[in-house]
Amino acid sequence: MTIGVVVFPGSNCDHDVYHVIKHVCGEDARFLWHKDRELSGIDGLVLPGGFSYGDYLRCGAIARVSPIMAEVRRFAEQGRPVLGICNGFQVLVEAGILPGALVHNRDQHFICRPMHLRVASAASPYTQGYAKGQVVNFPIAHADGNYQALPDTIQELEDNDRVAFRYARPDGTVDDAANPNGSIHNIAGILNAGRNVLGLMPHPERAAEPELGCTDGRALFMGMISNLVEHSA
Amino acid sequence: MSGEPQVTDELAREHGLTASEYATVQKILGRVPTYTELGIFSVMWSEHCSYKSSRVHLKRLPSTGPQVVQGPGENAGAVDIGDGMCAVFKMESHNHPSFIEPFNGAATGVGGILRDVFTMGARPVALLNSLRFGTLSRPKNRYLLNRVVAGIAHYGNCMGVPTVGGEVYFNPTYNQNNLVNAMCVGIGRSDRLFLGQAKGVGNPVMYVGARTGRDGIHGATMASEEFGENDEKRPTVQVGDPFTEKLLLEACLELMAADHIEGIQDMGAAGLTSSSCEMASRAGTGVHLNLDLVPCRETGMTPYEMMLSESQERMLLVAKPGHEDRVREIFSKWDLEAAVIGKVTDDGMLRLTFRGETVAEIPAQELAEQAPRYERPMQVPGYLEAVQALDVDGLPAPGDLNAVLEALLASPTIASKEWIFEQYDHMVRTDTVVRPGSDAAVLRIKGTDRYLALSVDCNSRYCMLNPYTGAAIAVAESARNVVASGARPLGITDCLNFGNPERPEIMWQFAMAIEGIADASKALDAPVVSGNVSLYNETLGMGIYPTPTIGMVGLIENGRQPVTIGFKDDGDLVIVVGRNQEDLGGSEYLAVWHNREQGVPPQLDLGMARRVNDAILRLMDTGCVKSCHDTAEGGLAVALAECAMAGGIGAQLGLATHTRLRADALLFGESQSRFVLTVAPANRDVMEETLRECGVPFEAIGWVRGDRLQIGIDRRLSVDAALSRLASIYRNALKDQLEGRTA
Repeated sequence: MTIGVVVFPGSNCDHDVYHVIKHVCGEDARFLWHKDRELSGIDGLVLPGGFSYGDYLRCGAIARVSPIMAEVRRFAEQGRPVLGICNGFQVLVEAGILPGALVHNRDQHFICRPMHLRVASAASPYTQGYAKGQVVNFPIAHADGNYQALPDTIQELEDNDRVAFRYARPDGTVDDAANPNGSIHNIAGILNAGRNVLGLMPHPERAAEPELGCTDGRALFMGMISNLVEHSA
Repeated sequence: MSGEPQVTDELAREHGLTASEYATVQKILGRVPTYTELGIFSVMWSEHCSYKSSRVHLKRLPSTGPQVVQGPGENAGAVDIGDGMCAVFKMESHNHPSFIEPFNGAATGVGGILRDVFTMGARPVALLNSLRFGTLSRPKNRYLLNRVVAGIAHYGNCMGVPTVGGEVYFNPTYNQNNLVNAMCVGIGRSDRLFLGQAKGVGNPVMYVGARTGRDGIHGATMASEEFGENDEKRPTVQVGDPFTEKLLLEACLELMAADHIEGIQDMGAAGLTSSSCEMASRAGTGVHLNLDLVPCRETGMTPYEMMLSESQERMLLVAKPGHEDRVREIFSKWDLEAAVIGKVTDDGMLRLTFRGETVAEIPAQELAEQAPRYERPMQVPGYLEAVQALDVDGLPAPGDLNAVLEALLASPTIASKEWIFEQYDHMVRTDTVVRPGSDAAVLRIKGTDRYLALSVDCNSRYCMLNPYTGAAIAVAESARNVVASGARPLGITDCLNFGNPERPEIMWQFAMAIEGIADASKALDAPVVSGNVSLYNETLGMGIYPTPTIGMVGLIENGRQPVTIGFKDDGDLVIVVGRNQEDLGGSEYLAVWHNREQGVPPQLDLGMARRVNDAILRLMDTGCVKSCHDTAEGGLAVALAECAMAGGIGAQLGLATHTRLRADALLFGESQSRFVLTVAPANRDVMEETLRECGVPFEAIGWVRGDRLQIGIDRRLSVDAALSRLASIYRNALKDQLEGRTA
């Protein structure tokens, strides 16, 4: 099985995701250049963090028209796994593969720190390794992670159990004090209707090894991988 | 060239060349220079590029050792970190631009130091910085800090290189001259380092990266002058584009993975001029550039402007013959330009042609290496005697030592820098094992069992009071920081920030600081492999405190695990290693509580410093050290508070004055070569035996316990504070002061 890691000009968490899939999870990983139009042999996709095209415009606004994005859309529509982390989430939102928008953090600063998240839904390949309500810790590192959407969209996400993670206090309380960036309903990550696409601002790949002080993120990748193994079996 | 100004003595003077320097130029050329040549000489012989005031002193710095892979003189230095790998690193100043335009000044400082490292063929893995500002009660300084931090974050975060550590100091001496020193560390293969050499006569010289614009012309000259009253300097600051630099980084590393180039150098200060003539000079060759082929951002650019532009994100390289197309292909993949603009020649000349005319013809070696060197006059500054006089017995003893501790924790120089480092992505690349806020930042080296420990240090108040001791302490302190993490010091880079070298007092400070660095570097086995000098940090005749910033690289190896500062478990034994002395001179306590920057800096016994460092590492090898922290600003009390706050657990401790020390000196004095560490009670014997064998003084002072920090002196409880209260002061002080609220 091979997970493709999409490299846009300016991606900078591509090596980190590759490392976790290959050396922590023990699966095959391959870098995909943003000009590639061929995904044969790829079983799952990760759009990593970074500053695609420098993000001088709205984050992800240029990356969404990269040649590979048509393939990513087709891949997602086929119900195959697509994971967008940080800038990858922003690109998925800009491409309309996930709903809503990610705007400037409410205090206008870039924020990098470990962050507690409450697992809002365990019903997806990515979150099946967690219990609903479980508190995990993945770091955040972004300036534009403030998730916003129209009320109908939020309603739809909430009604269909499509919020995957919310920013929370260490005890799991979801409130404004635990919200680092102003996201509506403390939303840190969401699923598409088919539950095969996850976009999240926090970085599970930075919390997947004991040496880095936290291994909570490993289950997210393992969930994505084990789901693929089940399907191919 | 037609249409260019006639070069006269007057014009040479306007370009910052003295009469004798201009005479030397004419002697080298055997004629009056062209306008373009004058521009080239003026930037290459500026203080910033030529080190003309500092060079005679710099050669006293030790730069050799078995661990040194690349010493000074190249784009960056390198030390061996095992398995054929090396750490490539350098620190550089961007002080003048960061005062004029703090956001882009700081951002391009980061961009420049990154290029210095990846031009050697190493992938940058960490950024650090040393920032110094005036007092935060002034709105201008709050603005400068905000924008400098935002600029560093902008560039480093986008590049995907974690900003893992640094230091931030506040002192009125920096009110008109803030300092921004940026350090980059990369990892490369020792047998695959690329040098800035134009080798191979006939080889193509290629220009890669961003186009050349009119930005930053005379930036190097600007950095070689004092600021006056109403100077308009903004147009000399460049605008950074980290996205282009990220592409340049990836393209260069892809290029270097194959065998396509002979040499490469970044276009930093003095851009195309310094890169071309230095590469030729190092290789003993010449370079002929056809300026019609230089990719320009603007139309109508003259040779003078092209050669002096400091547009960012550009590199000059010498390709192997026949490899031009492959170089173009790789850069085109990354949407970057690569153009052949000339070739390597055998006549030692930097020759420039434009529209069929030769516009400059200068012997490259003379231009790069024969810059004037000055043995500038030196004189002991008159202020010294007055500031060094400190009558300790006349200092009123504070009644409430709790209040002193709280005031020190709220001092922005000591307070938590969380507000700053959380704006930097300090985790990208997933190697950051010890985050900012500890003694040293620690990064794992993937695929090995080793770690890099990195630290940046300088207490410039000590250096003002005694530049020799102050500079030596900067080295000793940075060594202690990496030792506290479990690392052996490997090498240092220095960034020497001083005032106007034409003043004998400043030159004396500089020379003394060099002596201090040299002696400490030898004693602690940490050679100086790279560095930078920034002079003329003066405004209206007021120079900054001498600030020789030291960047240290250490290696944790042999299976040793990184150690952090936080107390770990209830009941652990707290030990102070080193000797408490009456070192109140130059202390933060004296400045914050008594409002005096006086005295002589703490005594530094380099032999003892080395012995204590070795003892700590030996003790760590027994596996019994649970936490370790060195003492620095704020002395023992602040160090203990930091250990407790980091671990979220208090301590019950007892100290003794032995009737020879004042209580405030014991708590807040800044004696050197001291560490605070903890061991499990069961390991007390091992600890005592090991430290005794090493011949270093130590004392068990109490236990990790509870949720208060309690320190008794001679059996009287002197400090007794809830940890939560101390932590709240420590964590909020900087943010509050930045938002205009006083602590």
